[in-house]
Amino acid sequence: MIPVPVILVLAQALLALAMGCALFRLLRGPRAQDRVLALDTLYVNAMLLVLVSGMRASSTVYLESALVIGMLGFVSTAAAAKFLLRGEVIE
Amino acid sequence: MSAAAAVLALVGAAFAFVGAIGLLRMGTFFERVHPPTMGTTFGLGLVLAGSALASWLRDGSLPWLEILVALFMFVTTPVTYMLLSRAAMHRDGPGEEPRA
Repeated sequence: MIPVPVILVLAQALLALAMGCALFRLLRGPRAQDRVLALDTLYVNAMLLVLVSGMRASSTVYLESALVIGMLGFVSTAAAAKFLLRGEVIE
Repeated sequence: MSAAAAVLALVGAAFAFVGAIGLLRMGTFFERVHPPTMGTTFGLGLVLAGSALASWLRDGSLPWLEILVALFMFVTTPVTYMLLSRAAMHRDGPGEEPRA
């Protein structure tokens, strides 16, 4: 039986690898919409990493920071997509 | 913390990882939109379920913050992907694009 902290570290390693994949697509991605999609994946994976860190530390503060990351990520991705669609964010 | 919560988090992280690999390996943009949704549906749901289980076992109260995060993300993620796909279609058209 694997102890619980090892399982959580494993989950964190998987999420860090996922962030690496998204970062690679962000740097490479041939067009702008690929980069925005990669940025979206990057922030979702960062949020999951914060959540798992909160489970390791058994603290509630991490959840609030995860909520903030989610809100900022949604607003930034929506603004970037709107900019790609129209050429301006607020019209 | 129970082992069940940790295993839930691990399975969710594996879902998110597979989704990120798919984002890396798919050929065109409209194929690449699909894989990250694994991370935002099952990955997020399982990690949040593990976190909610852990905090419920710790405090004994209802895990309000996890419920809040889940509600917010499940409402906003489809909006993001629809806006992005519409932007891509507006820029390139629905036809074939060169594979990269």
